[in-house]
Amino acid sequence: MSNRLINWFKYASPQSFYPLAGRMIPWFWGLAAIAFAVGLYIGFFVAPTDFQQGEGYRIIFIHVPASWMSMFIYCVMAFWAGLGLALNTRLSSMMAQALAPTGALMAFLSLWTGAFWGKPMWGTWWVWDARLTSELILFFLYLGFIALTSAIDEPRRADKAGAILALVGVFNVPIIYFSVQWWNTLHQGASVSLTRAPSMAMTMLLGMLVMAFAFWMYSIAVALMRVRAIILEREAHTDWVKQLPEVQGAR
Amino acid sequence: MKPRHQRALLIVGGLAALGVAAYFVLRALESNIAFFISPAEVVAGKAPKDKVFRIGGMVKEGSLHRQDLTVRFVITDTAADIPVVYTGILPDLFAEGKGAVAQGKLREDGVFHATEVLAKHDENYMPPEAAHALEQAQKAQRTLAKP
Repeated sequence: MSNRLINWFKYASPQSFYPLAGRMIPWFWGLAAIAFAVGLYIGFFVAPTDFQQGEGYRIIFIHVPASWMSMFIYCVMAFWAGLGLALNTRLSSMMAQALAPTGALMAFLSLWTGAFWGKPMWGTWWVWDARLTSELILFFLYLGFIALTSAIDEPRRADKAGAILALVGVFNVPIIYFSVQWWNTLHQGASVSLTRAPSMAMTMLLGMLVMAFAFWMYSIAVALMRVRAIILEREAHTDWVKQLPEVQGAR
Repeated sequence: MKPRHQRALLIVGGLAALGVAAYFVLRALESNIAFFISPAEVVAGKAPKDKVFRIGGMVKEGSLHRQDLTVRFVITDTAADIPVVYTGILPDLFAEGKGAVAQGKLREDGVFHATEVLAKHDENYMPPEAAHALEQAQKAQRTLAKP
């Protein structure tokens, strides 16, 4: 193991991951702040007015990044939860729990901004079409995961129960993504996809991608802060936690 | 086989089984998940009789007539046309040549009486100048195509 360039397994232990996460957090906050500033500037001042939706389309710079992150975070959360279930690694399960509230926030933002966008453009706050309904289910999956893991007192059992829920729910993500292709929906199709050129003006697309990067960096920063708090809570009985300056200072 | 390999296998197997189940459920629900049906499907007799349903397509060019708050227009998918009558306020994006979804009942005279009309926009975003240029180019192409 020692002849490898980086020993990844070293950071699978909460004790060595805790300080590493602490060192990474400011960088991700910094990147998030820069990307938010640049992305919002492009979104509000550089990107042109849309030919049919006018200025109202600018909510896209929040709505699409939040929707992307809500789906992406769920996949990452399910990955960590599944890894924790298979390998019995404590840190993986803690990562899954740290990601859930941020994912729920993203799903909520996606639904909320979508309603604000739907009213002036479509003429309705909400319809039960496949895209909107499956995103709502994603939001409930996040809430269910949080509720289930916090309802079980014994942390390892909570991890296992949560992991099964997270893995079952992962099938919802492709349903959300492809819903607009598979069925007739009120929601329009994807403007940006891997298989063809984006159907957006260049500056609009750029603003959206920068905002997506900002949301991504923010999510990592917040998840790392939360996982550090979870580590402290769960490892409170260990000597290394008791000897941390921030723990001793709090006494 | 180590226990962790066994657990990994169990997870992968379980997910595969769930995936197959999800696929069959979605296939079975297919017609119920659709938010609206097209005029062609209505003509083919797939619309429920005496029941509220949604119909979606393009608002046919030149078919929009307003009289006070009552609007008449034709919804088309180019294969079939369905006349629609609706009384109420239309969303701002509602226009001829654009997508729309109407909810209501199909009367025996073949006219769709809508209780709600929503606009369905496409996934294209561009500045007005670009849209104008695109339109001009299409017009030029059409005149060129004429003999």
